[in-house]
Amino acid sequence: MAVQEQTVPVARAKARTAKGTSERKENRVGLYIAVAVVVFIALAPFYWTVITSIKNSVELNSSPPTIIPHSFEPGNYSSALTSVSPAFAKDLLNSTIVAICTTVLALIFGSLSAYAIARLKFRGKAFVLAVVLSVNMFPLIALVGPLFVLFTNPAFRIYNTYAALIIPDLVIALPLTTWFLTSFFRDLPADLEEAARVDGASRLRTLWEVIVPLTAPGVFAAAILSFIAAWNDFLFGLTLTANSDAQPVTVAIPLFNGEHQIAYGEIAAAAVIVTIPLVIMVLIFQRRIVSGLTAGAVKG
Amino acid sequence: MATQAANTSTRKVSLRERLDTGSGLLPYFLVAPTLLVILIIAVYPIIDAMRLSFIDNPLIPAASFVGLSNYAKVLGDTIFRESIGNTLIYSVISVALETFLGLLIALLINRAFPGRGLVRTAILIPWAFPTIVSAQIWLLMYNDQTGIITSILQGMHLLAPGDILTRTNAGILTAAIITDVWKTTPFMALLLLAGLQVIPADLYEAASVDGSTRWQQFWSITMPMLKNSLLIALLFRVLDALRAFDLFFLFGGRQVQSIASYAYNNMFQGTAPDFAPGAAAAIVLFLICVVVSSVFVSLMGGIAKQD
Repeated sequence: MAVQEQTVPVARAKARTAKGTSERKENRVGLYIAVAVVVFIALAPFYWTVITSIKNSVELNSSPPTIIPHSFEPGNYSSALTSVSPAFAKDLLNSTIVAICTTVLALIFGSLSAYAIARLKFRGKAFVLAVVLSVNMFPLIALVGPLFVLFTNPAFRIYNTYAALIIPDLVIALPLTTWFLTSFFRDLPADLEEAARVDGASRLRTLWEVIVPLTAPGVFAAAILSFIAAWNDFLFGLTLTANSDAQPVTVAIPLFNGEHQIAYGEIAAAAVIVTIPLVIMVLIFQRRIVSGLTAGAVKG
Repeated sequence: MATQAANTSTRKVSLRERLDTGSGLLPYFLVAPTLLVILIIAVYPIIDAMRLSFIDNPLIPAASFVGLSNYAKVLGDTIFRESIGNTLIYSVISVALETFLGLLIALLINRAFPGRGLVRTAILIPWAFPTIVSAQIWLLMYNDQTGIITSILQGMHLLAPGDILTRTNAGILTAAIITDVWKTTPFMALLLLAGLQVIPADLYEAASVDGSTRWQQFWSITMPMLKNSLLIALLFRVLDALRAFDLFFLFGGRQVQSIASYAYNNMFQGTAPDFAPGAAAAIVLFLICVVVSSVFVSLMGGIAKQD
């Protein structure tokens, strides 16, 4: 055994010198080029949208399209925000309210279920998990028909209200939060609640001073994922709302395309307005988002 | 001792005692809201969608049961069969590209280099955009006026002057695939990266000492350990691709439809008699998803048994 342990570092040292420093430099350069290409492809469309949004109509009409803009037209943004058809600013508000409400509900229901599944023993646990996961296979388009019929029923009159969006968005957000939080709670130390309770703290104090700080990162990540999922919705907004009373901003975006003269600057400005908050969220919460996305897959 | 044993075996065990594995009824109360919501918002509508697909006009109270005629109508419609073809081509190519490129990117980022966190952030940005907004962003590059891609393709003589990519059916499918690959490859890359990072480094070291090449190491160490992450990622991606709606709505309209946009066009953009066939189309999609899920689950179950 001792002989084997000795040969590994020796072999590695040999490999290092055999490769030579120039070959390693070549590998590094190739790596950096590949990385640059990937980053370029990821960000180029966003760059294109931003410069389209600041060009004035003269430059937009010229061909071929310019890669470095030489005009600056902030009017595109004010046009987009004050647009009446679609009522872009109102739709932004609608999206925000719906996404927040959906997230709050998905977090409450999801964390309760996740706690039960992850920390308590009960019969039927596998069944509950199976139900939550299987919702993932339902095509949303199959749900909109009956939901449309249900919501337009005069007994409920939910059509074209915030509830008409929050309720279906939960189909997307609730399995997401439940699944993620279950995985997260499973990883918390098992004797946590025991230890705090033995020390004499009441159940409520245990919750507040011990459990909440430990679960906060997970709940936060679940909140971000849920918010993005609800904000992303297009189909429910398209079919279950009729106008800017409750219409989300995702529905407004294609509506800019209609009409006579297509105002590309305005469309681009609208797209930028919708995506800037998301870009900021990604920049700040990058690590949490990644941990949220990968939680299920790695731990299984 | 014998009398005690006889006593316990004749005592009836109540339901409450059978359920009580130590946590009492609390777990059931905790999961009830979630199950209730899912029941009302997912299970009820899917069952009702099946009911809607079996009647002639769901929007009037005096509708009558028409059996499988909506399904016959839909399966006999060439446009629907085309939409199945479109959806399958789009799904297979998109998911294959996303997985292949995602794996390459994951392997790339797995090496430590300065600025790695920034790169992860940069590639996360396409994922964060709503699909319909991504479609709009790419349309700004595909159109005839502000379309930089149009200019490039015309310059490479792949497009005639004045032509745009999204004019032909094949072009529309290509545009949809490109946009979806752009948006989703980061998700696959990050998922696979997480899987890669769990593989212990000494496995590779031991293999190097034994003299195996990087290529051999990839196939004998990396791939088997990634299998689980890969399968789960593939399952989610394939299901998402089959249900694609937003991209086909914006790029394809009525010219190139996916199964989902076909169902939508019938239910919400047609006349009242088109509603039920649209619902039938949606149920067909649901059945396809169930079959695909079952195949994947049994594949994963098979692998779990091997481990």
